[in-house]
Amino acid sequence: MWTLAIELAYWQQTAIKLVVVALVIPTGAIILGYVFLMKMMSFMQSRLGPMEAGPYGTLQLLADGVKFLQKEDVFPRRADRYVFALAPVVVLVSTFLLFVVLPVGPDAVVSGLDAGLFFALAVASLSVIGVLMAGWGSANKYALMGGMRAAGQLIAYELPLVLAAIGVVIQAGTLDLNKIVLAQATGEIFGWGAIGNPYILTQFVGFAIFLVAVQAELTQPPFDMPVAESEIVGGYQVEYTGFRFLFFFMAEFGTAFAFAGIASVLFLGGWYVPGLDPTSGWFNLIGPFVMFIKIMAVSALIFWFRFTFPRLREDQLQKLAWKVLIPLSLLNIVVTGVLKVLV
Amino acid sequence: MTVTEREQREFIAAAAADARVNVELETEGMTLNIGPQHPATHGTLRIVARLDGEQVVAAEPVMGYMHRGYEKLAEVRTFPQVTTLINRIDWLGSFANEVPFILAAEQLMEVEVPPRASWIRTILFELSRLANISLFLGDMGVQLGAITPVFFAFRDREFVLNQIEAVTGGRFHPNFDRIGGLKDDLPKGWIEDTRGVMVKMRNFCDELEDLLLGNEIFEARTRGVGVIPADVALSYGLSGANLRASGVDWDMRRDNPCGLVHDELDWKVWTHPDGDSFARYWVRLQETREATYMIEQMLDGLPAGPVMAKVPVIIKVPAGEAYVATENPLGVMGYYVVSKGDLGPFRVKIRSASFNNISVTPWVMRGVYVPDVITILASLYFILGDIDR
Repeated sequence: MWTLAIELAYWQQTAIKLVVVALVIPTGAIILGYVFLMKMMSFMQSRLGPMEAGPYGTLQLLADGVKFLQKEDVFPRRADRYVFALAPVVVLVSTFLLFVVLPVGPDAVVSGLDAGLFFALAVASLSVIGVLMAGWGSANKYALMGGMRAAGQLIAYELPLVLAAIGVVIQAGTLDLNKIVLAQATGEIFGWGAIGNPYILTQFVGFAIFLVAVQAELTQPPFDMPVAESEIVGGYQVEYTGFRFLFFFMAEFGTAFAFAGIASVLFLGGWYVPGLDPTSGWFNLIGPFVMFIKIMAVSALIFWFRFTFPRLREDQLQKLAWKVLIPLSLLNIVVTGVLKVLV
Repeated sequence: MTVTEREQREFIAAAAADARVNVELETEGMTLNIGPQHPATHGTLRIVARLDGEQVVAAEPVMGYMHRGYEKLAEVRTFPQVTTLINRIDWLGSFANEVPFILAAEQLMEVEVPPRASWIRTILFELSRLANISLFLGDMGVQLGAITPVFFAFRDREFVLNQIEAVTGGRFHPNFDRIGGLKDDLPKGWIEDTRGVMVKMRNFCDELEDLLLGNEIFEARTRGVGVIPADVALSYGLSGANLRASGVDWDMRRDNPCGLVHDELDWKVWTHPDGDSFARYWVRLQETREATYMIEQMLDGLPAGPVMAKVPVIIKVPAGEAYVATENPLGVMGYYVVSKGDLGPFRVKIRSASFNNISVTPWVMRGVYVPDVITILASLYFILGDIDR
C-alpha cells in the first residue's frame, strides 16, 4: 500500500480533512448548480441561461453567492430567533458529515469507518431536524406546512433508501464503503469477472429505488412538495434571506453531490476503473477524477428528472413510498439473499 | 381502613391523568390566506382557505384588489376612446376584448362592416385566443411543478405576438378595432408568415401533448381533481372551455355568431365529459389546435375590398341599448352598452368570463388538498384583469 510519506500529527490531519470537506461542499454545489441547474436546464428549455458573468456564465453562481452575502439578515418578528438561526446550519452540517465517509481512492477518504454506509445514511436524515426547525421557527403558515411536509416525506423515503442499499450490503458482505468498492472491483457476474461486478448490473432494481428515494430526500421535483414554489411558495425557506438562504442552497446541491457520490460508490464501482489493479496506490490520484465523472453522470440523471416531471401530491407521494417502493425493495432483498446463498 | 390525604391526592391525580390520555388529541383548524401576493394566483386574487391539516374545509375567493373601475371610466370617454380602456381587461388576449364592444356600437349605429374587415377581425380574434391560451398550456405545467412547458409556451407565443404586432403595432394592447371596420389593412407578406406561425403553434401543441398529457404524474394530479358537473357549471354561469370541459356543448362562436365570420368556417367545438382539471386542459389544447386550422381557412378565403366602412369623423351613437357577447379566450364576454345619443356611452356593463368562472371555487374546493387548490385555480384559468375590471 502506498501511503503518505510525511507523518502528520492528529490535529494537523484533522485540520486538513476539515478544510478539504469544507471546500468540497461549495465546489460541488457550484459545479452542479452551474452545469445542471443553469446550463442543462436552460438548454432543455430552449434558452441560453447565464452568459454574462465570466466566460459562458461560469461565474454566475459566485456572483449570486456574493450577492447573498450582502443581503440583510432578516428575522421575522415572531420567529423563534435561535431555532430560526440554527436551522440552516443543522442542514448544512448533515451535508458536511456525508462527505466524511465518501471514499475517492483506496486511502483517499476522510474517515474510513467500518460502518461507513450506516453512518452516511444516518447523518443524511439529520437534515430533517434542520428542516423542521426552519419550518417551525419561521412563524409562518406556509413555512410550517413546508416543514411538516418535509418531515413526513423524508421519513417515508428514508426507508426505501436504506432498504435499497441493503441489497448491495448483502452482495458485498460489508458496510465499509471502501470495501464495497473493492468487492465490486474483484467481483464476478456468474463467473465472468472482466469488468468486475458494478452492482448496477445485478442490483438494478435497488439502483432505481435508490435514485427515486434520493430524489425525494433532496426534495426535488417530482417530490418537491416541501418547497413547492407554486403552492407554498418555498415552504420552509420562505422567510430566509441572505447567507442563511445560501446555506440551504449549498446544502441542497451539496447533498445532491454527496448522494450522487454514494450512489456511484454503491452501484457504479466508486473510484475503480475496470482493467486496473484495485490495490494500486495510483488510485488515490486518479480516483477523485473517476469519482467526479461518475458523480456527474448520476447527477445528470437526478437533475434530468428534476426538470422534466410535474410534482406529485403529498398523499400520492406517501402512497408511492409505502405501497410501491418499500415492498419492491423488500422483494429485492429477498431475491438478493436467495441468490447470494445459491450462487 | 382509612384513606390518608396523600392517597386521596394520588388517586385524584391518577384519574385526571387517565382522563387526559383518553381524550382524543385536540386539533385546531388553520386559516390560510392564499394570496393576494401568491405566485399561483398570477395577480392579486386572494383565496381564504380554512384548513384541517392539508385538507381544505372551506375556501372563499376575495376579489377586487385590482379593481380599476372601467365601467365608470367608460362613461366619461367617447366611443373610440373606450377601446383603449377595455384592452386592459384580459391583457393576454387584448384584441378580443375590443371586438364585442365595437360590435355593440356598430349595432346601435347600424353600420355595415365590409366583409374583409370582418374576416381580418376574426383572424385577429383567433390570434389573440392563441396568444392567451398558449400561455395557459404552459402555465398549468408550472403550477403543477414542471418548469419546462412554460418556457416553450413563452417561446411560441412570441411568434403569435409578432404577427399581432405586425398588423396592429401593439403587442399587448393593439387598440386596432374601429367602429365600422379596422384601422388598417394587413401588411405585405403577413399572410404567408402567419401560415408558418400556425404550423409552429401546432407543433407546440404536439410538444405539450407529449410532455404533459402523456405524463402519469400530470394525470394523477389532474384527473378527478376539481370535478364540476354540467349542472353546477351551468348554475354558476361558467363559460368557455370550463363549461365545455364539463360536457356542455355550447360555444358562442357557433351558436350565436354576431358580426364575426365563424359560421362560414369548417370547425369543431371540442367538449369533454369529465369536468375535471384534466378535461379543462385537454379542451383548451384542442381549441388551440382548432384555432390554428380556423385561421388557415380564413387566410385562404380572405375576401378583397376595403377594411373601413363610411362612418362620420366624429362618432355619435344614436340612443338605444345593445348587448353583444362573443366567445373570448377566457369564456363569454359581453358588453351591455346604453347610449343617449352622445359622443360617449351613457352606461357600459361588462360581463367578463373570469368573474363567473372563479365564482365556482367555493363549491369545487371543499375537501380538496392544498396542492389541488392550485391545480383547480390553474385549470379554471382566469386573468385577474378579467375578474376585477
